[in-house]
Amino acid sequence: MSALAARRRHPLATALIVLLGLLVTGVGYAAVMPSTADASTSTASADDIEQGKKLFLANCSTCHGIDAEGRNQAPSLIGVGAASVDFQVGTGRMPLAMSGPQAQEAPVRLSDEQTAQLSAYVASLGAGPSIPSQDVLDPEAGDASKGAMIFRTNCAMCHNAAGAGGALTRGKFAPNLDDVSYKHIYEAMVTGPQSMPVFPDTTITPDEKTDVIAYLATIRETPNPGGMALGKLGPVSEGLVAWIVGLTLLIGFAVWLGAKSS
Amino acid sequence: MSDSAINKVGATTGNWLDERLGASGVVKGFSRKVFPDHWSFMLGEIALYSFVILLLSGTFLTFFFVPSAAEVVYDGPYTTLAGQHVSEAFDSTMHLSFEVRGGLLMRQIHHWAALIFVVSMIVHMFRIFFTGAFRKPREINWVIGMILAILAVVEGFLGYSLPDDLLSGNGLRIAQGIVLGIPVVGSYVSFFLFGGGFPGEAFIPRFYTLHVLLIPAIMLALITFHLILVVVHKHTQYPGPGKTNSNVVGFPLFPIYTAKAGGFFFIVFGVTALMGALFTINGIWVYGPYDPSPIGAGAQPDFYMGFLDGAVRIMPGFVEFTVWGHTVSPNIFLPTLVLPGLMVTPALLYPWIEAWVTGDKREHHLLDRPRNQPTRTGLGVMAITLYTLLWISGGNDIVATHLHLSINDITHVLRVIVFVFPPLAYLITKRICLGLQRKDREKVLHGRETGRVFRTEEGEVFELHAPLSANDRWLLVGFDSPEPAQALPATDSSGVRRPGGALEKVRQKISKFYFEDRVAPVTPAELAEAHHHGDHEEISASGGGDEKHAISSGH
Repeated sequence: MSALAARRRHPLATALIVLLGLLVTGVGYAAVMPSTADASTSTASADDIEQGKKLFLANCSTCHGIDAEGRNQAPSLIGVGAASVDFQVGTGRMPLAMSGPQAQEAPVRLSDEQTAQLSAYVASLGAGPSIPSQDVLDPEAGDASKGAMIFRTNCAMCHNAAGAGGALTRGKFAPNLDDVSYKHIYEAMVTGPQSMPVFPDTTITPDEKTDVIAYLATIRETPNPGGMALGKLGPVSEGLVAWIVGLTLLIGFAVWLGAKSS
Repeated sequence: MSDSAINKVGATTGNWLDERLGASGVVKGFSRKVFPDHWSFMLGEIALYSFVILLLSGTFLTFFFVPSAAEVVYDGPYTTLAGQHVSEAFDSTMHLSFEVRGGLLMRQIHHWAALIFVVSMIVHMFRIFFTGAFRKPREINWVIGMILAILAVVEGFLGYSLPDDLLSGNGLRIAQGIVLGIPVVGSYVSFFLFGGGFPGEAFIPRFYTLHVLLIPAIMLALITFHLILVVVHKHTQYPGPGKTNSNVVGFPLFPIYTAKAGGFFFIVFGVTALMGALFTINGIWVYGPYDPSPIGAGAQPDFYMGFLDGAVRIMPGFVEFTVWGHTVSPNIFLPTLVLPGLMVTPALLYPWIEAWVTGDKREHHLLDRPRNQPTRTGLGVMAITLYTLLWISGGNDIVATHLHLSINDITHVLRVIVFVFPPLAYLITKRICLGLQRKDREKVLHGRETGRVFRTEEGEVFELHAPLSANDRWLLVGFDSPEPAQALPATDSSGVRRPGGALEKVRQKISKFYFEDRVAPVTPAELAEAHHHGDHEEISASGGGDEKHAISSGH
C-alpha cells in the first residue's frame, strides 16, 4: 500500500479534494470563458493607469473605497471593466451627484481623456467588459429587422417597444433611448448598469448587439409615418389627445354653432 | 331653362315621388319640428357623426384587411420588420398602412373617430345626467344610451385586437386572463372564445365578424331607436322665459337644423381627419407582430378600458385563498368583472332610483340646473372621480416616469384615495351646489351686488344692490325643489292601513339624504317681504329704484 493510499482516510483528505476540485473548476472556467478585458488593458499605458488611480482617489473613493472594493451602498469596482466606467462616467451618472432611486444621466464632469484614464485604472483592477470597438457600433453593419426582434424580446419590456422608456419599481426607470450614443447602448448591454440585466456575449452575441444598434438607428432616423409621435407612449397619450385636442375642438365648434341663435 | 320651367320640373318630380312614397307628410312634419338650441345638445350629435365616420372609414379598411392568423413572411417596405414571420392580419394592416394610398390616414381616422366616439358619448351622458334629462319619459333612452356606451367599449376593444400587433396581443392576453378569472367556468369560456388554447388562430376571424357585423348592426339599431325616441319625446330644453314643460322653444329642423347639423357633421369629420393626419395613433409598425413571449413597457388599452386596467393594477394580491385544495383567486375577477358591474348597475337604474326617492311621477321636459339638484350632482361627480382615479391608475407607469414618482407609492396612495376621494368629491360638490343656491337666493331677495358702497351723513355704510330683471329672477326661482319624504301616519284618514312599511322607511331615509339640507327657491311671499324690508332703507340720495342694504343691518 502506497503512502498516498494509506492516508486516503486522513481528516484533511476531504478538504484537499474540495480544494483540488475548486482549482480545476476555476482554471477550467478561466480557460473556457472568453476574456473580454484584454482590449482596454492592452491599450492602456502604465501612465494612464497611474493617472486614472489619482482620478479615482479624488472622485470615486469616497463611496467605492480607496481600494475600490465598495462600501455600504457603492458596489465593488473590481472586475466591472472599462466599459462600465466609460458608461457611468461618460453619461454623467458617476460621480453620483445625489442619492436617489437610481443614478441618472447628468452633465459629464470628466473629460474624455480623464474618463479613458479612469477606465484604464478600473480595468487594471480585474478583468471585465472592455469598451467596444468602433466596428461593432456601426449601424450599417447590423440587420435592423433582426435587431427589432431581439429588442422586442429582451428590451421592450422595460424600455418600451419604441425605446421611449418605462417605469420600474420604487421610482427607478428604464430611460428613453432616443439620445443615448451607440457606444453607451452597447456598454449598457454588456455591463447592465443600475437595474438593467447584463446581456453577456454568450446571451446576445456582439453581432446581435450591432443588430440592436441598427434597429435603434433605423427608428431614430426614419421619420414618423403617422404624424406626431405623441411621445411614442401608446394609448395613454392617445387618450389624452382625444380628450384634450379632439373634445376641445369639437365643443368649441358646438359652442360656436349654438351661440348664433340666442 | 327659365325659372318657371325649373319650378315645373321640380313640381313634377316632387309629385312623382310623393305619389309613390307619400313623403310630403313626413317631410312637412319633420321640417317644422322644433329643436332647442344649445351647444350641450350637440354632444350626442358628435357621437352620432363619429359613428358615421367609423362606418365609412371602417368600410374602407375592410377592403384591405385580411382577417386571418395564418403566418406569412413580411416583405413590405418597412425595413425593421423585413423577413419577420407575422400573421396575415398584421401583414395586411402593414400593407394597408404603407402601400395603400391614403391607407394609414384612413386607419388613423378610424381609430381617432373611435376614441372621439367614446369621449363624446361620455360627455353626452354627463350632460344628460347633470341636467336630469333621464327623468320620465326618457328612462328607456337613458338605458339605451348606457348600452350603446358599453357596446362601444366592447367594439373598440375588438377593433384594437384585430391588427394582431404586440400591443393588441398583450391586451388580448389580459382579456383572456379576465375571462379565466371567472369562477368555475372561466377556463371553459376561454376555450370557447378562442376555439382552444390562447391565442390560437380562431380569434381573428371571430373578432372580425363581431367587429364589422354583429356589434355595429346592434349599435345601428339602438342608435335608430335612440333617435326615434328623441323625436317621440321631443327635445328637452333649459329653463328660461317662455319655456315650459309643455312647449319646445327653438328653431325648425328645416332649414336651420338641417344646415347646422349637416355642417356639424362635416366639422366633426374635418376635426377627425385633421387628427388622423397630424397625430400617430396605434403605430403597429413600432410595436411589431404579436408573439406571446415579449411585452412592451407602457402596454395599455385604449383610454375607455383604462379604468379596468387601473383597477387590476391597484388590486392587492392577498385576496387569493384556498378552499378544500382549490385555489380561489378573485383578485382579477373582482376588479374586472364585479367592479364594472357595481359601477354600471346603479348608473343604469339611476332614473328609477331617483324617481322612487322623490316619488315624482310627472313628465319632465325642462332641464335642471345642476346646482339645483345638489345631491344628484354630487353623486355624479363622485362617480366621475372614481372613474378618473381608476383611469389614472391604469397609466400609473406613465405617471411615474413623467412626474418622477415611485410606481409603488402611486399604487399605495391610489389604493387609499380610490375610497376616500369619491365621497370627498361628493361632499365638496354638494357644498358648492348649496353655496351657489344660497347665492342665487341672495340675488333674488336683495338683487345683484354692484360694488358701489355708500356712507350716509349719519355714518351708516351700505352697498347698492341692483334688482334682477324678471327674466333673470325667473331662472333663479322657477325650479323644482323636492322636500324630504315625510313619515305619514300608519293609517290614512279612513283608517285604512297604508301600504309600504319597511321599504317606505328606507325611501324616507334616502329621501332625507337627498333633500335634508336643500335650499328652497325664494317664494313670492319671501320676495315681497324682502322688497318691503328694502323700502325701510330707501334714502333719497340714492339712484331711483335701486335696493339698498345696510351692512350694519346684518345682510
